[in-house]
Amino acid sequence: MQHSNTQDTLVGLFVAAGIAGLFFLSLKASNLSSITQKDSFMVSARFENSDGLKVKSAVSAAGVKVGQVASIELDPTTYQSVVTMAIDAKYNNLPDDTTASIFTAGLLGEKYVNLEPGGSDTYLANNSAIDITQPAIILEKVIGQFLFKAAEEKK
Amino acid sequence: MEQTAPGDNALISVRQLSFSRGNKKIFNNVSLDIERGKITAIMGPSGTGKTTLLKLIAGQLYPDSGVITVDGLNVHQLRRAELYNLRKRMGMLFQSGALLTDMSVYDNVAFPLREHTHLPESMIRTLVLMKLEAVGLRGARHLMPNELSGGMARRIALARAIALDPMMILYDEPFTGQDPISMGVLVHLIKALNSTLGLTSIIVSHDVHETSLIADTIYVISEGRIVDHGTPEAMRQSSSPWIQQFMTGAADGPVPFHYPAKDYLDDLLPTGKRY
Amino acid sequence: MRRPGPALLSWVEPRFFLLLTLSGLFSVVLRPRLLLNQLYSVGVLSFLIIFISGLFVGMVLGLQGYYILSDFGAEETLGLMVAASLVRELGPVVSALLFAGRAGSALTAEIGLMKATEQLSGMEMMAVDPIKRIIAPRLLAGLLSMPLLAGVFSTIGIIGGLLVGSGMLGVDDGAYWAQMQAKLDFYDDIVNGFIKSVVFGFVASWIALFEGYDAIPTSEGVSRATTRTVVNSAFSILGLDFILTALMFGDS
Repeated sequence: MQHSNTQDTLVGLFVAAGIAGLFFLSLKASNLSSITQKDSFMVSARFENSDGLKVKSAVSAAGVKVGQVASIELDPTTYQSVVTMAIDAKYNNLPDDTTASIFTAGLLGEKYVNLEPGGSDTYLANNSAIDITQPAIILEKVIGQFLFKAAEEKK
Repeated sequence: MEQTAPGDNALISVRQLSFSRGNKKIFNNVSLDIERGKITAIMGPSGTGKTTLLKLIAGQLYPDSGVITVDGLNVHQLRRAELYNLRKRMGMLFQSGALLTDMSVYDNVAFPLREHTHLPESMIRTLVLMKLEAVGLRGARHLMPNELSGGMARRIALARAIALDPMMILYDEPFTGQDPISMGVLVHLIKALNSTLGLTSIIVSHDVHETSLIADTIYVISEGRIVDHGTPEAMRQSSSPWIQQFMTGAADGPVPFHYPAKDYLDDLLPTGKRY
Repeated sequence: MRRPGPALLSWVEPRFFLLLTLSGLFSVVLRPRLLLNQLYSVGVLSFLIIFISGLFVGMVLGLQGYYILSDFGAEETLGLMVAASLVRELGPVVSALLFAGRAGSALTAEIGLMKATEQLSGMEMMAVDPIKRIIAPRLLAGLLSMPLLAGVFSTIGIIGGLLVGSGMLGVDDGAYWAQMQAKLDFYDDIVNGFIKSVVFGFVASWIALFEGYDAIPTSEGVSRATTRTVVNSAFSILGLDFILTALMFGDS
């Protein structure tokens, strides 16, 4: 058993470097910092269709990310999609007549929820609902309608 | 010569021991006694399982049948902890020395003390230096095992074997491959340690001359059986031609010089032709 | 409990090698000095090869990724591509393969030589259990070192990718980090990669130690065992990687 101080120091440095690497990956290279530190409040919205939207999809307003989708469920009576969003607590001044729409980032990109603030004086709070919504645009349907219309006009 | 009752003064008794490796019978119904405080040599040609006997006594191998008792304990019926306790009272000197290569000589000798006792480092130092002094290598304590000659490595291993003040030491081929001086040193050490520390020693060897110098009793083993036993003097006077050949090292005798083969002349001539 | 007979014991020992070793791990905790020495020879001595390999793998990823992504005008996502491939796959897998080559083969050779030179046998004769004294600290050191090495590998790789992407090819370094942070998930990516590296560290050390302990105690036996360690570790790491990937990233 060699009791060597340099060896112990190197072991210490190695462990420190390894842990630093793991911390770096967690904090700098992933979304850990955005998951944990922020308080948020829940807002729900009903959509006719939420095709392509997933849990953790972004919620943004005017291009700024303000929260993420927390859950997506089907309402058993109205057959609407109920999307619950976690909005960062610091954005507590969104008016209650805000419009929620499901947009696509780019032509083939990810779906996200876009919030368009209205003009009301009362703000969205925890567990409040957004009433004005616009469903996801389904590309196949749009193309289908377009073709159908084109065929009608030809007749 | 089959003894049944253990001798009064026997530290180790082996009764009706049989052991085989694969299909080869290494021991066939062997019985022997090793007396307390004496140096007993187990001799025989290479490959007769002398080292195997040591491993059986130490409980590293299990016999097919038969009983080995050491200091009244049946080695192969012991629980693991009991066996380890017994081993603390046995020292074994391996042929290669078996020093731990990543530690210095000092740490090697201190190893059993550090593993099994909670002595303060100052006392361990005293003990280690005493043991090293006993084998005459106190000055070599800072060397690493790969800096030692074969003879020195064996002496260090001997110092380590006596570190826990055992009641007995098993020597596995202690003289093999040593120059005459190292050999003389080891012969002297084994004898001296045996008398000064009151040890019981078992030497497994085929070096007839050196072993005869120090052994009190010699057992000669061949082909799984004990051929004869007695004092070195008695063995030299033995009427058995086989023992005579073994003790004098004659090239031919009951053990033929030639490996069994067909007739020499037949072998040399091209097959199928007869002149 | 009486000790079992010879036939049973020789059958039992290789199969319960792992179990015996795991039970020995408790005694290691009481002797941190043994663990510290092994962390040095298993971890510190593998650090340099992991560091340098990580740097080059990251730089190559940066270069290749840029060539492919620029065809789609998506150079901005270079950071994501480099980081995701490192954190999910290359970090754990490549560092485990390097670990098996550097530390695993050294462990096998060390244990095999200890067996060949009767050191293990000698230890048993001194009433010291070689599994507790020799094997268990090495297994624990391998288990602890591997995730740290994989973390270093991925970190250095990401920095290597940035050096090439931002320094040589002109990708905006803000975008490099932002895309990475936006799309890499802590639980799905970082934690899963970490779990992979723990599993690989355990398997690679276990194979290395077993092969050494099980080696035929001759020079030839030891050299064969060393080869087997590298081959078996590589197979096991890659096979397990497939299984773990299927389990972890299957649905998301």
